[in-house]
Amino acid sequence: MNAPLLTIADLRVRFHNRDHDAVAGVSLSIGQGEIVGLVGESGSGKTVTAMSVAGLLPRKRCDYSGTILLDGVELLHADRRILRGIQGRSIGVVFQDPLSCMDPLMKVGAQVEETLLLHTDLSKAERRQMALEALAAVELPNPERVYNSWPHELSGGMRQRACIAAAVVIRPALLLLDEPTTALDVTVQAQILELLKKLNRESGISMLFISHNLGVVRKLCTRAAVMQNGVIVEEGDTERVFRHPRHAYTRRLIDAIPTRDGRRESA
Amino acid sequence: MSALTRASPFGMNREMMKRNYYLCAGLALTGVLAAVTLVGFFWTPYDSAAMSADKFLPPCAAHIFGTDNFGRDIFSRVMEGAGTSFMIALSTIVIGASGGIVLGAVTGYFGGLADEILIRVGDALTAFPSILLALVVISLLGPGKPVNLVISLGLVFIPGFARVTRAAYAEAREINYVKSVRLMGASHARIMLVHILPNTAPVLLSALTIGFNNAVLAEASMSYLGIGVTPPDASLGYMLSEAQSVFGRAPWYALSTGGVMILFLFGVGLIGEGLRVREGEIL
Amino acid sequence: MKYAFRRLSALLLTMLIVSLCTFAAFSGISGSAAEARLGTQATPERVAALREELGLNRPFAVRYAEWLSGFATGNLGDSLTYRQNVGELLRDKVLVSLLLSGMSFALIVLCSIPLSLLVVRWAGTSLDVAHTLWNQFCMSVPPFFTGLLLSWVFGVALHWFTPGAFPGLSRTGEALHFLLFPAVAIAIPRIAMTVRMLRGTLLRELNRDYVRTAISRGSDRNSVLRRHVLKNALTPAVAFLAQMMAEIVAGVIVVEQVFGIPGLGRMLVVSISNRDYPVVQAIVVILAFWVVASNTAADLINVRIDPRLALRDE
Repeated sequence: MNAPLLTIADLRVRFHNRDHDAVAGVSLSIGQGEIVGLVGESGSGKTVTAMSVAGLLPRKRCDYSGTILLDGVELLHADRRILRGIQGRSIGVVFQDPLSCMDPLMKVGAQVEETLLLHTDLSKAERRQMALEALAAVELPNPERVYNSWPHELSGGMRQRACIAAAVVIRPALLLLDEPTTALDVTVQAQILELLKKLNRESGISMLFISHNLGVVRKLCTRAAVMQNGVIVEEGDTERVFRHPRHAYTRRLIDAIPTRDGRRESA
Repeated sequence: MSALTRASPFGMNREMMKRNYYLCAGLALTGVLAAVTLVGFFWTPYDSAAMSADKFLPPCAAHIFGTDNFGRDIFSRVMEGAGTSFMIALSTIVIGASGGIVLGAVTGYFGGLADEILIRVGDALTAFPSILLALVVISLLGPGKPVNLVISLGLVFIPGFARVTRAAYAEAREINYVKSVRLMGASHARIMLVHILPNTAPVLLSALTIGFNNAVLAEASMSYLGIGVTPPDASLGYMLSEAQSVFGRAPWYALSTGGVMILFLFGVGLIGEGLRVREGEIL
Repeated sequence: MKYAFRRLSALLLTMLIVSLCTFAAFSGISGSAAEARLGTQATPERVAALREELGLNRPFAVRYAEWLSGFATGNLGDSLTYRQNVGELLRDKVLVSLLLSGMSFALIVLCSIPLSLLVVRWAGTSLDVAHTLWNQFCMSVPPFFTGLLLSWVFGVALHWFTPGAFPGLSRTGEALHFLLFPAVAIAIPRIAMTVRMLRGTLLRELNRDYVRTAISRGSDRNSVLRRHVLKNALTPAVAFLAQMMAEIVAGVIVVEQVFGIPGLGRMLVVSISNRDYPVVQAIVVILAFWVVASNTAADLINVRIDPRLALRDE
């Protein structure tokens, strides 16, 4: 197997206003083209782990240690300026709530183009062309119209597609997805998952998918890691984790999946 | 104000006081000034109206703020003027706050048409300069009398307080705690007084400090313009208009009068800041 | 467009109500004021003649309609003191006061935006406390006191201008130079208020999710501010600044007296003392219109910045 794209080693994060570690020694790696699911309940540290990778830790307000290597480049302790060159360019992020994560006063097209504006010297027309292609790639009908829309004019599912388009427009190596389907209807959720699979298949982009829902992870991810209280309690092939959970917490999570919905979606 | 907890409205324990420097500094500054002002009601170093041959004396040991063009002791006059300003501002706030709180509580709690009307009227009125409204009312009542000044300012301050109180009561009305108390058979009056009012205290206290400062400023402005307090009464605002005409000979008159007024406003402003910090408001 | 139409008709409606209330309030007492003017000569015949002359015997609605149309034609009745048409009396004064409030407004905008961008950087540091104290202090300085100091320091001591000797609007350059000092006096506490508000708004916007998104794309702080935060902070700022117009007008009324500027504020004060109600009611409506119109203008600007606002009400 090739060297992994992303390697997290012994990551520890503690916020100054808390008396326990938010992340207490997490090690995880993601290979090229792999989709890894990180599962756990809220407060388990999964989002903090992802934010550390994305360079979004409030550095002044927490202590952190460990290493995060992306393609051999250390991110956790990297200089802000170096980090900014990697954010967006090599790592795209999609957040939970697509409404609040979009600038309400900027047209969708301009937001999709922002990464290109920051990281490339492309002309306005070229940026527009790439943004339209990205909007088409996330299967938005009528990309031209979406490009000229305000965020509030789109539906929740369309907004999340636009956010994904904005994250992949520059074809980063890694896509971080922080509960991207939680705020959406079940049917829209399934469509977004299909879309992510397609993006992974066609462009080989690696993904770290954060969710509290094991059922969703099962549909998308090849590998899954289960987090509780800041540590990974179980990690392995998704199907293996599902069929033969070794940790009691994993079993509880599996039991919590609403089976009927789960079956219908996976059908 | 997220949850209705029956905390004491003034419940700032020593722990909080220690950390809330704004509140402490404000209370200290206002306390000292209020104490001096209070003394001024009963005793001043000199008779504030007594003229003497010592005209335009700069600040010295005998007259710490100096004397004016009639040889009157400015410190004594400031003590008395501050008292007048303070009393007028206080009466204004009493009228404005009691009227506004009752109006706001009733309309906010019961809602309905009266509520709608109050919101519209309040929106329109708060858009106007308070001093313009006060000038209109006082010109209707007749200028030059302190009573009319207090009435006009008091009336003008009602909408602001009504608005703040209404918002707090309208919010509290929807809270389950209030609904459950109602189901337990408490009367509307009891709910409004015992259950909601203490919880609106933080908002109201902050509004009171702002209102008080606005009242001091409005009184000073109007007295400065010659429409508020007129001789033989003196307030800080009126004294400043006197001081302006002799500024070249006795700048200490204007500076000490203005300085005391600024410190007063500053102190109350700090208290307001401290109250808002305590409420965790970032503004 | 629909939104603009709604706003403008709301403006008209508000002004109709304001003018009606003002007119009703003052017409109730202007008769007795006129009689008081006659003093000891007030025989029933004279009073009747005066009422006839002032037109007080005609129906209220007719008088109100006539007066209201006077704002367009300039015929607002005669001043009781100056025996002159109110429209003519006020024409220049309106311009002076509007100019002064406009200059104060410009000062507030020009100073508070850079200042608030500066103090936002201090949030959470020890400079924050110093800023809060200074800010509270500036808010506590009444404009007429600042005006008094400025007119003495720059007028009497340094001879940069002559207090009380307003050069008149025809000499525009000198007039602007003169008005700069009162404008500063009015602006200081308002700048403090505006900085405080803008700081709060900027801090709130900086904590929004879209800022995190922009940072995750590799934006630095400046481009986050420039591209996203400033625009989002703009709508509340515009609304606040429009409300500030009411405060500015309050300042204008007082500060005109300090500097001896022949504007509406000074005229208002004099007319109240003289019980010259035709003048008072005209000035009240003009000043109210200026404030309400500023707020409407702010709404119209804001809906261009944020298209969601047009959808929000109704």
